[in-house]
Amino acid sequence: MPIDFESSSRDLAPELSIGLYKTMLRIRLLQSRIREEYPKDEIKTPVHLCVGQEAIPAGVCANLNKEDYVLSNYRGHGHYLAKGGDLKSLLAELYGKKAGCSRGKGGSMHLVDVDAGLLGSSSIVGGGIPVATGAALSASLQETGRVAVTFFGDGAVDEGVLYESINFATLKKLPVIYICENNFYAVCSPQRDRQPLNNIYERFQGCGIPGYKADGNNVAEVYCLSKKVIEEARNGAGPSFVEFQTYRWYGHSGGETDAELGYRSKEELEDWIEKCPVKNFEQFLLGKGLISNEDIARIRAGFMGEIEEAVDFAKASPFPDEKELLDHLYYE
Amino acid sequence: MKISFDWDKKSVEKEEPGFEHKSKPGARKISYASALYETFDQLLSLNDKIFIMGQGVDDPFGMFGTTLNLHKKYGARRVFDTPLSEEGMMGVALGAALTGMRPIYMHNRPDFLLVAMNQIVNHVSKWSYMFGGAVGAPLVIWAAIGRGWGSAAQHSQNLHGLFMHVPGLKLVMPSTPYDAKGLLVSSVLDPNPVMILEHRWLLKHSGDVPEKLYQIPLGKGVVRKSGKDLTIVSASYAAIESMRAAEELSKDGIEAEVIDLRTLQPLDEEIILDSVKKTGRLLVVDTGWRRAGAASEISAIVAEKGFPYLKKPIRRVTSADVPTPACHTLEKSFYFGVNEIIDAVKEMVR
Repeated sequence: MPIDFESSSRDLAPELSIGLYKTMLRIRLLQSRIREEYPKDEIKTPVHLCVGQEAIPAGVCANLNKEDYVLSNYRGHGHYLAKGGDLKSLLAELYGKKAGCSRGKGGSMHLVDVDAGLLGSSSIVGGGIPVATGAALSASLQETGRVAVTFFGDGAVDEGVLYESINFATLKKLPVIYICENNFYAVCSPQRDRQPLNNIYERFQGCGIPGYKADGNNVAEVYCLSKKVIEEARNGAGPSFVEFQTYRWYGHSGGETDAELGYRSKEELEDWIEKCPVKNFEQFLLGKGLISNEDIARIRAGFMGEIEEAVDFAKASPFPDEKELLDHLYYE
Repeated sequence: MKISFDWDKKSVEKEEPGFEHKSKPGARKISYASALYETFDQLLSLNDKIFIMGQGVDDPFGMFGTTLNLHKKYGARRVFDTPLSEEGMMGVALGAALTGMRPIYMHNRPDFLLVAMNQIVNHVSKWSYMFGGAVGAPLVIWAAIGRGWGSAAQHSQNLHGLFMHVPGLKLVMPSTPYDAKGLLVSSVLDPNPVMILEHRWLLKHSGDVPEKLYQIPLGKGVVRKSGKDLTIVSASYAAIESMRAAEELSKDGIEAEVIDLRTLQPLDEEIILDSVKKTGRLLVVDTGWRRAGAASEISAIVAEKGFPYLKKPIRRVTSADVPTPACHTLEKSFYFGVNEIIDAVKEMVR
C-alpha cells in the first residue's frame, strides 16, 4: 500500500476512522457526479475540483465544532461538505438557483454556510487568509473558545497577505490554523518555478509560528496533526501553520484530466492516483476488518442517493427572480 | 472681493479653526477632532463589540487626537496598534465583522488604503452580495486626507472617486464637527462596510456639537445655504470653500445654493435634482481629480435626469489631473480655492 496508515492511525477509534472515510468518500462521490454533469453545460460556473485532496478537509474538519470558523477558497467543495455545509444548497448554487447557499450570486467559487461556520470562500488567491485571522481575533476578543481555520494552496504562499496575517496572529496569539494544501501547482505553474525551496512549512517559523508538514493524502496523519494544532489554538497557545502535500487529479478548473498539456507528466499523475486518499484508506479499513465490502456498498449507495436527490432538487429549483439583481448589495 | 490665502503651516493653523463662527447661543462649541474623540469614547462605552484598530491609534498623537489615550480607558484589546500590513489588517477587520464584532480600522492617510484595495474591493465591499446576503460586514474604514506643507503625491490624495465606484461600500465625507459626530455614529451602527474620509484641515475647525449621541442618516445631503441663482454641490472641505465662496457672492448679489452631500454613497440624488430644478445651473466642487471622479458622476446624473432644468452647461471645479506636487508654489496652483469657485459661478450666472 502506497500510504502507511498503520502508525498514523494508531490512536484513532474505529468509529472515527470510518467517519473520516465516509467524509472523504462523500466529497469524492459528489465531485464525480459534478464531473458527469459538467459537460452538459447546465452548471454554468467554473468548478475547481479537489479530487485527490479529500483527506485534508476530512481530517481537519473532523476536529472542528460547528461553531468554529472556516474560510475557504475557490477549490472549496471539500471544505464546505466537511464543515457541515448543506449539500442541496451547494448543488443549487452550482446550478445558479435561488435555493443556492449564495442565492445564485456566488457560484462554485463562493460557497457559504454561516450556520455551519463556513463564513465564505474567496477566489482571490489568499483572500480568505486574513479574514480567518479576523474571525480568530473575534473569537479571542469575545472569549468564545472558537477557532478559525483557513485553507489555501501553495500559490497563496507567494502572497504577501499570508505573511501579514501570520505576523499579526502570532503577535496576538490568535486561535487560527493556516492550512496549506500544497498540490504543487498554481494553475499550470509548478511550485519549483515559483519558489526557491520546497519548504513551505518552514517559511514562517521566523515569525514565531510553529510550522508542520504531513502527508496530505493520509487522512489519519491529517487528523492527528490537525487535532494537535487545533487543541493548542483552542487552549490559548496561538496559531499554527501546516503544510499538507497532496495532488489534484484534474485540471485547475473543470473536470478534465490535463496531463497532455505538458505542464505535468502522466507518470506523476499516475503515481499520485496510486496514492488515492480514499481508495487506500478504504483498503486499510477493509484489511483491518473495520469495514466490510457490504458496508462500503451500503455507504456508497446512501451517498449516491443523497447526491442524486440534491442534483434533482437543484435542477428543479427556480432561478432567482431578475429583480434580485439589485438585492443583497447591502446586508439587512 | 477676492480672498487671498497663503499655503503655509502657520496660516493653516491660524485661519482654519475659525470657520464655524455662527455658533448658536448657549450651544457647546468644540473642535472637529474633539467631536470625533468624544464619539469614539461614547461608542466604545455603548457597546463592547465595537473596537478600534490602526497604526498609531494608541500612540502619543492618538490619530490627530481622535483616539488619544482611549486604549488606557478601554484597554489594549479594544483600542490597539496594528502592524503596517494594510491588506492583511483590512481582512482581519472583515473577519471580525463577519463574526459579531464592529471594527473601526483607522488610517492617518487614505493613500495607505490603496495597499488594502484587494480586501476593500474584492472582499469587504462584496461579501454581502457575493454570498446572497448570508452575512454582513459591519465595519468602518476611517482615514484623514492630508493637504499642504509639501505632503506631496502620496500623502494628500483625494481618492473618494475610486471608492465611490465600488458597489457595496458606503462612503462618508463630513464637513462640520456636528456632521462628523452624527455620521460617525451612523457609520458604526450601519450593518454594512462604511468608509469615512475626513479632511485633515477640518479636524481643527470648531462648531456646535451636542454632547449626547445622535445620528445623521447616511445618504442624505443638506442644503447649507439657500439660493436661487445656481446650485453648488460639494462635500467635505469643498463644502467649506463653497460656503465661503457663496458668502462672498452674496455680497455681489449672487445667491448660490450650497449642497453638502455628507455621503457620496449612497448619494442623495433627490436633493441635487430638486435644487437644480430651482436654479437651472450646476457647479460641482470636488477636492478630487477631475477625470472619472465624483464630480463627473454627479454631473452625469444631472445631465441624465435633470437636463430640462439646465439653463447653462454643468461646470466642475476640481483638482487638476496630476499627482499633488510638494513645492508650495506648485501646491498653490494645484489646489483650487474660493476664488476659482467665485470665478466659475460668475461666469455661469453672467
